[in-house]
Order: sequence, then C-alpha cells, then structure tokens
Amino acid sequence: MTYRHDPYDPKQAAMLDPAALDDAVAAADKAFADANDLDALAVQKAAHLGDRSAVSLARREIGALPPAAKSDAGKRVNEARTAIQAAYDARHVVLEAEQAQRVLETEAVDVTLPWDRRPRGARHPLTTLMERVGDLFVGMGYEIAEGPEVELEWANFDALNISPDHPARGLMDTFWVKAAESATGATESGLVLRTHTSPVQARTMLSRKPPIYVVVPGRVYRTDELDATHAPVFHQVEGLVVDKGITMAHLKGTLDHFARAMFGPDARTRWRPHYFPFTEPSAEFDVWFAEHRDGPRWVEWGGCGMVNPNVLRACGIDPEVYSGFAFGMGIERTLMFRNGLSDMREMIEGDVRFTRAFGMEVH
Amino acid sequence: MKVGLSWLREHVELPADLTEADLDLALNDLGIEVEEIADQRHSVQGQLVVGRVLTIEELTEFKKPIRFCTVDVGQANGTGAPQEIVCGARNFAEGDRVVVILPGGVLPGGFAIGARKTYGRNSHGMICSAAELGLSGDHDGIIVLPESLDAKTGDDARPVVGLDDIEVHVTVTPDRGYQMSVRGLARELGHSFKARFTDPGFAPAPGGTAAPAWPVTIQDTLGCDRFAARLVRGVDPSAPTPDWMAKRLLTAGVRTLGLAIDITNYVMLELGQPMHAFDADRITGGLVVRRATEGEKLTTLDGQARVLSAEDMVICDDTGPISLAAVMGGQTSEVVDGTTNVLFEAAHWDPTMVGRTARRHKLFSEAAKRWERGVDRQLCLVAVERAVQLLVEYGGGTAGAEILDLNHPGDPTMISMAATEPSRLIGVDYSVDRIGDLLTEVGCDVAVYDDRVDVITPSWRPDLRQPADLVEEVVRLDGFENVPSVLPVAPPGNGLTASQRRKRSVGRALAEHGYVEVLSFPFVSAGALAALGLPTDAVRLANPLSDEEPLMRTSLLPPLLTALKRNVGRGQRDVALFEQGLVFLPDLSAGVPPVMGVAGRPDPALWEKANASVPAQPWHVAVVLAGEFERSGWWGPGRAASWSDAVQAAREVLSAAAVPDASITVAAVQQAPWHPGRCAAISVDGAVVGYAGELHPAVCTALDLPKRTCAMELDLDAVPLPGPTPPPVFSTFPPALIDVALVLASEVPAAQVEAALTEGAGPLLESVRLFDVYTSEQLGTGQRSLAYKLTFRAPDRTLTVEEAVAARDAAVAVTAQRFGAVLRGA
Repeated sequence: MTYRHDPYDPKQAAMLDPAALDDAVAAADKAFADANDLDALAVQKAAHLGDRSAVSLARREIGALPPAAKSDAGKRVNEARTAIQAAYDARHVVLEAEQAQRVLETEAVDVTLPWDRRPRGARHPLTTLMERVGDLFVGMGYEIAEGPEVELEWANFDALNISPDHPARGLMDTFWVKAAESATGATESGLVLRTHTSPVQARTMLSRKPPIYVVVPGRVYRTDELDATHAPVFHQVEGLVVDKGITMAHLKGTLDHFARAMFGPDARTRWRPHYFPFTEPSAEFDVWFAEHRDGPRWVEWGGCGMVNPNVLRACGIDPEVYSGFAFGMGIERTLMFRNGLSDMREMIEGDVRFTRAFGMEVH
Repeated sequence: MKVGLSWLREHVELPADLTEADLDLALNDLGIEVEEIADQRHSVQGQLVVGRVLTIEELTEFKKPIRFCTVDVGQANGTGAPQEIVCGARNFAEGDRVVVILPGGVLPGGFAIGARKTYGRNSHGMICSAAELGLSGDHDGIIVLPESLDAKTGDDARPVVGLDDIEVHVTVTPDRGYQMSVRGLARELGHSFKARFTDPGFAPAPGGTAAPAWPVTIQDTLGCDRFAARLVRGVDPSAPTPDWMAKRLLTAGVRTLGLAIDITNYVMLELGQPMHAFDADRITGGLVVRRATEGEKLTTLDGQARVLSAEDMVICDDTGPISLAAVMGGQTSEVVDGTTNVLFEAAHWDPTMVGRTARRHKLFSEAAKRWERGVDRQLCLVAVERAVQLLVEYGGGTAGAEILDLNHPGDPTMISMAATEPSRLIGVDYSVDRIGDLLTEVGCDVAVYDDRVDVITPSWRPDLRQPADLVEEVVRLDGFENVPSVLPVAPPGNGLTASQRRKRSVGRALAEHGYVEVLSFPFVSAGALAALGLPTDAVRLANPLSDEEPLMRTSLLPPLLTALKRNVGRGQRDVALFEQGLVFLPDLSAGVPPVMGVAGRPDPALWEKANASVPAQPWHVAVVLAGEFERSGWWGPGRAASWSDAVQAAREVLSAAAVPDASITVAAVQQAPWHPGRCAAISVDGAVVGYAGELHPAVCTALDLPKRTCAMELDLDAVPLPGPTPPPVFSTFPPALIDVALVLASEVPAAQVEAALTEGAGPLLESVRLFDVYTSEQLGTGQRSLAYKLTFRAPDRTLTVEEAVAARDAAVAVTAQRFGAVLRGA
C-alpha cells in the first residue's frame, strides 16, 4: 500500500489513520487464512467486511473530516476495503474448491458393482445374417423378393423345369400338404412346403418385367431328420438376375464379390459343373475362406447357373431376348463355417445363451 | 457308383503316374462328385508279405484249438529266420502259402500288429484273413494262396491279394445316367487327361437274326422300344464267378448271386445297360411285354408280393407276369442253383414309366436308378453279346445262334445352335471350331457352319435337348476357370420395402427391450393347439416328420412356448423370447389349384385361381416371458414379468411399426389362451391386430409352463403401413402442470378415463399421464382413485392460471358426467 505524502489534517480521526487501516487489512488476512471452512469464513467475512468491521467504521468517520481531507481518506479506506475483499474472495475460492472436493469424495461409489437388472435381448444370427446378405445386394441395386412357404407345387417344381416325373423331385425330400377332406375327391393338394427359395424366382418373373435383380432370403423345408448338419427346416438365400446380355461371367463376378463381402478380401469362388433342373449350365461353387477355424481352405458354399430357357418360357420371358443367372446357398451352413459352429441344432432350440452370443448383429 | 481304377484303365489310357489328387480334381472339374478315392495299397500299413507255413504245432489246452506256426517270410523280417506266429484259424496245412503281416503293420480299422505273448507263446505278426484285410467277409479262415500263383515268400502280398487298386467312389448328377458305368466314367476321364478312350459301347456285336432267340411280342412300344435277347444253353450250374469279377462287384457294393446273375450286374456296371437273366426252362411259352392290368400280382426277386398298376410294364409268359420290367425280376423265372439254360435280356424302357414304377413300389434298384437317368438305347445288342461271351467263357455253355432284336427306334435328337449362343450365355468368346471340337469330344455328330452348329446328339445323352444343354458341355470341357469374373451393374433399385424395414425395426425393438429371438420349427400337434384352446383346423402335412406334429402352426405361440420351456428346463429362470414368422391359416373352402402348363406364362385367371388355393400366410410377431422381467439385486427388488409387460411389448412393436399412440386401443377381452381377466385386445384404428396378457393358469398347468407365463401375439400384416410422418407440433411457451385424483368405480377401464379427460380438456391439453392407482377402505369397495398429471400448454402464449384451471375443470367434468368421477380432495 502506498500513500501520498499529503499534509495531515490535524483533525483526522484515529480510524482513518493509515496504520490503523493497515492493521485492519492484516487482521482480516489472518482471520480469513485461519478460517478452515466456508462457515468459518462467513463469520470472519462479517467481522472484517460487515457493518461493524474496521473498514466500515472508518468509512463513517470520513464525513467528519474537513472537505480537503475527505478525498484522501476515502481513497485510503477504499483501498483497504478492496484489499480485504480480495483476500476474502481468494480464500473463498480455495475453501469452496475444498468443499466441492469433499462432496465428490463422499459421493464415490463402487463402479464395479454388476448391473444386470434387465437381461439383454438379442436377434437370431440367422435373421441378421440374412439381413446382411440382403443389404449387400440392396446396395448393388437388387431388391428383396418374398414368397409363401406353403407353396404351389407348380411354382416349386413345374415352373422350375422339374416335371412330375423328374428324378429331381425324388431327390428333394418334399413335405406335401394333405388335401382337404372336403375337396372334390382330390387326393393331392397341389401344395408343398417349399423345398427351396426358387419358387420365388417364378413368382418374381411372373410379377415383374426384366430387368430383374432380386435376392430371396427365406425359410425352406426338406424331410431330413434333425442332426448336427441337417434340419427339416432351414434357410436359404437365392439370387436371380434376368436382363439382356447376362452371362456366366456376370454370375462369377457377382459370386466373387459376394464372397469377398462375406469372407474377406482374399475370398474367391471355385466352380465345378453340377446339375440343377432350373439352370443350364449349372455349377456348384466353393469359397476360399482364409479365416476358417481349421485353417484356410475351400468350403462348399452353394449352387448356381444360367436360368434354364424352359424356366424363362414358363414365366413368360423370351429366352432369345433375355438371359439370366441364379444362385443360392444355405444360411445355416454359411453361418456354421463362417462362425465356426459345429451343431445346427443349437440354432433351432432357441436357447437364449446361443442367441445372446450374437447380440444385435452377426459379426 | 464305386469302381476300381484298374477297370477304368481297361477303357481309357490314363497316365501311369496318376495320383489320387489328380483324379479327385479331374472328377470334380467334370462335375462328378467324389465321395472317396481310396488307394487300397494304403489300407494296410507296414509289411504285408507272402509266407510259407513251415511247421504247425496244435495247442489243445485252450477253449478253442490254437495253432503255433513257424512261417518262412524270406528276408522280409531282416533275418531270414522262420517267423513264429500264433493263429486261430485251421484251414491251412504245412507247406501252404499264406499272407502275413509283420509286427509294426496296421490293418484297416487301425488294428496295430505287434510282437506279443498269447496262449503262452510269442507271436510275431499275424496270418491274415480276407476280412481282416478289408477285402470281403465272405470266406471263413485265413487266405491260402493257390500254388499256381507266381509269388515268392517275402514278396509284397498286396498285388497278390488284390490290394493294389484305387477305389473310386463317385455320385453322378441325375441328368447324366451314362456316367453310372465304367464306360461313362472312362469317357469322362478321357476328356480330362486327353487320353485315348476305347468305347466298350461300340464293341462289335452281331445283329438280330431272322429267327428269334425266344418268341417275344412287345404290345406297348412306348413303354419298351427295344428288346434284345439270346440264349446260352448247357451252362455248368456249379461254375463259380471268377474272382476278378466277384471282386469288382464287391467293390461296387453288388452281392454275388451266382455266375449268370453276376454277369448281368457286371455288364450293367461296365456298360450301363441293366439286364436280366431268365432261367429258360422256367419260362412257359412265349414272352409278352405289356402294361400290367390293374391289380395284377407278381412276387419280385426280393420276395415281395406286389400288386401292379396299369402303368407298370411287365414281361409275361403263359403264366402271367414274370418280371416287373426294368425294375426287378420275378421269382418264378429267376436263375436258380440248377439253371443250365439262361436267356439274357437287354431292353430299352421308357424312363418316365420306370421312374413311376420305382416310386410306386418304392423299389429304387440299381437298374431303376439307371433307367430313370437315361440309358443308351443302342447298347442292347452289345450288352447281350458281352454277357453271352462271359457266360460261355466262365460257365461253359453254348451261345444260341438266334439273336432277338425287336427295335422301334425314334428319331435322333437334332439341335441347331447359333454359333454365338455359348458366348452369349457364358461371356467367353468361343470360336465356332472350338465349339465343334468340344461337342465332337462328348460324342455329338457335329456339322459346323459359320453362324451355327448342327448337332445330332449321341445315343447315351438323352439329356441334351436344347442349345443351353450344348452350352453346358462347351463350358464344362473348356473349363470354368476360363470364365472371367465380371460384376454386372444392376439398374437403381428401390431399397427395402416398407414391410421389410418394419420387420427389422420390430425385431430390433424387441431385442432392445430384452427379448431374445427364436426361430422355431413351425410344426405343431393338434394336442398343443387344443391345450392352448386354439382351433385344431390347420394346414396338415401328408408326410410329417413326426406323426405327433402333422400340423402347420396357426399361431407362433405353441413352438415359442416350447422354446421357453426348454430354456427354463436348462436353468434359465428369467426368460423373455420373441419370434417373427409366417403362420398358416387353413381355408377349407379353397379348392385344389388348377393344372397349369409350362410352355408359357400361365393364363392370369388360372394363376389367380391357383394362388387362391394357397393358404393365407400372414406374418406374425409374438413374445413369451416368465420369471423376473427386471431382476432383483443390490439396487433393490426385482419385478416379475406380468401381463403389463406383454401389453407393453405390443406397444413396442406398434411403436417400431410407426403406429401413432392415438391409433392404438387396448381393451379387456376374453381370448384363449389368455387369462380371462388378464388379456388385452390390441387394436389399430379400431381393428384388432392381436392379444397380450397373462396365460390362462390352466394352460400353464397343461403345458407345464412356469406360473404366470405371459404372452403377446400380433398379426403384423394386419397393421397398416405408415404414411409419411406428419410434422411434429410443439410449443415453446411454458407448460401449466396440474395433478388431478379422480375417485370412481374400479371397473371403469383406465383407458376410457384417460380418453374422457383428453376429450374434456380440449386443445390446451398437451399430455396426460396416469401416475398413481390407489384403493382404500375410505374410498369404499369397488371404488378406486386414479391420479393423473395433466400438462397444458398453448401454442402462442403463456397460459394463465385461470385458463389452465378451466381446462382441468372441463376435463374432470366429462369424467364426472360419464363415470360419476369425483375430484379427490376437492
């Protein structure tokens, strides 16, 4: 604190004495520093900044001073008060921070306590795998087509170049729907549980005009007993493209792309000739899967081919103008080798521990 | 089909150093599925050598007679000293040559041979039987090699006993019947290895003679368009099947049944032509080939008495049917132990007829499998000739001079294919000459022009009918590896449909609310439906996997409850499951779908009629839950799953389906399988779309479910798809909050009270929320208090207290007038 060396007014009051003010500031500093919490500080604030405090009393005495001395004394008192207030503020900040810290400490909890109040839900990996495949193809411009599971024999077989006497009918172990007893003496219902998603091909070609780019994920049925690798109810995904100028090279490009999307950048397909009534030429294909749990290898994945002209004709599409390809594979099988599962029954039993392991999306 | 490579080599000059891997790859590339390629030389490991028995000491102190032998195995044991071996067989003598496996060897099945003490003697190795070597189980005792055999003691015994072949086990696709033969497989391997193939199907065979080998009449030339036959007289009935033939049949899995029958099977395996051998002395009169008459009877070789259909073809003599044509012979005319005069028959049957007969009689014989897939109609005479020669050679008979060949040939198949067709379908630029060469290789008669190829298909390829079939042969032989990988560019698509997006949203919403998805089998029993109080009319399967569950689900609940029970049984106490999928609603009035052809697009009216006969299959979503929905823990008590969680699940579904709250009504209803006082009907825009609540206690008892199991099921297809979301309207002025507690009769549903409040409060009401339900003695029996928090807000100003109170009073007034509600504390 500095003072101008103005001449003293002899009538100057004692309270306004610079030494007294210095003492008041020093006393306040000490009192504030001694206050250990905000409550104690509040008491000292009243004592050193309140109405009865030294600086407040000093201010009152200014009025008694001769006019010439008032300005000087007022300045002194203000300086003293400002110093005390600053000391208070500084201490308040410190004590407030200490207080906040203490509150935080008392509020600490054991964050390692488990919380399983609401058991987690999950989506079935077969569902999410089918969605994933669907999304891949939707991203390429395809659409997702659907059809009934109790299906017309015509759509499941005849339209797909599988005549009633075709050996392939015997190969696909078909669930037949029993004819209603009230029906007109008919012994056959003309209905089956679809043995593949391919009847949706026929339905799609009957309901849309080319160009057709669709994928068909869905549930299918065969009369296989349930064991580790077979199920009477399982899922397939099927692709169908009908357009002008479609070739087997396009089929290969599509499957190679699909393989990379599902099995990583090293994936590719290997083909061998096969027979399907609804495609000609036909092939089965393997996929190179580098991350297979038993080491990198070729894995049988699905069947494919160029849509048989007989199928196009049965669906009213001119095979001279259009050509098409189709492919399909089992979803269970794909999930099994992709994620290293060994027993198909786990997917069917509905044990929540199986499904929860896959969460909201299959990875 | 299972054959030894040595048999294939007789017809195609395969590389001498062919490995199993080469063969596997080649067959795969040809489209022939490899089940197994087994090198017999590797089936027995270690030293398997020819030995000569020097001494036999009979050990008689044991339960069965045992022999202690010394066997000379030359230098194979390294010392040249006699090998001491204990043996349980007795069919050999000192001086006989036998097959010995030395210590360190391993027999098929992983049976390791060592030096060991047995029956009080040291045994160093084993004298082998055929069965132990994996050859056959037919012979008793150990193998005694014939003296004529050119082999020295100590030599490798594998070639001596026939363990020197590679067994090839393949499955052929149903279109390629010709591959079900040595002839077909050899032809195919010829393509792979560019190896010379000598077609046994073109072996010289004399043509039919004017005089028939047997009087035969074909009455139905559609069912049978060729019939060849020849007699062999004076066959030695005791002549055995030669070992090499028996071994080949054994490899193929065909039982040996005597020389004549074995020869027919051998020829079938070699050429692909099924044959039949009749005992000529057991045929009465001439043969007639005709359709059976409905109900006619025939006992086939397998001992089955069969009732025939008018579609079956039969071969008859004067006594009636003696053979179910093309499928299986009959007992009365079959070759038997004393047969000396054999009539071989090789015919050509209509594949469709054979397929139907095989299915009708469930008789998928080796012959039927070949007929169904197509047999070369030019083989009959070649096959008969081959069979006759074999029987004469090994059975000692005399071939008859007369050869029967009744032949009603159709026109050969001709296909004209544009030269550009393979390129159009495959995306590889094949020259017309290349196409011609490849088609010639498969046996086609090809005329190549600049713009097309004209093809007469080979007689063994009835599957080649249209240009696409020829394209397949082109790409198959040229190789799929030559097809480039080109990603086609699809036109822009429309993404998922609203319905597809909705199914996903619903699934995610339920999973996020704690439900675990299940995909269960949709098969149910009538009992399960009845236990739930559901109608037992359902789509019924003619051939269900289990006779217990012949019905298709009409509700998702029965299989889903089974899954719940399974989880509980496995120790999960708190279970919440959901499923989405189709249910199948029977329509007993729906007729049978009309017959539709495949020559072109079905007539729209017919197609519509066909689809009308398909049962309705709406997409449902369901949840089931039991145990605690919120668990107890250090945070406090849990909460048991209740009817309200099931109702809430329905709301979650509808919310995910973008149904506005205002469109949803929940009303009490009595509906199976739910508790009559704890079931809600869920409606959207006034139409019921499903039910939710607690299951009827009797249902839980009947199905052995946890008490108070809850369930919800909605028909998602019945829920209207949302239009564009309307713009949200909300005010930024401050709200006025007023609580009201209404006392009124307990039976008034809360939903109706809320509706009355909303109606009475008018447009200033922003929201109404029930926050307490209270009953007490003071309120009186049958009365309850419902406490609501009303939020009022105006779009354009801050509400005054008077305005808010006026709106509150108006709201309460409607409840008072409608339900006699009294404002509590007022």
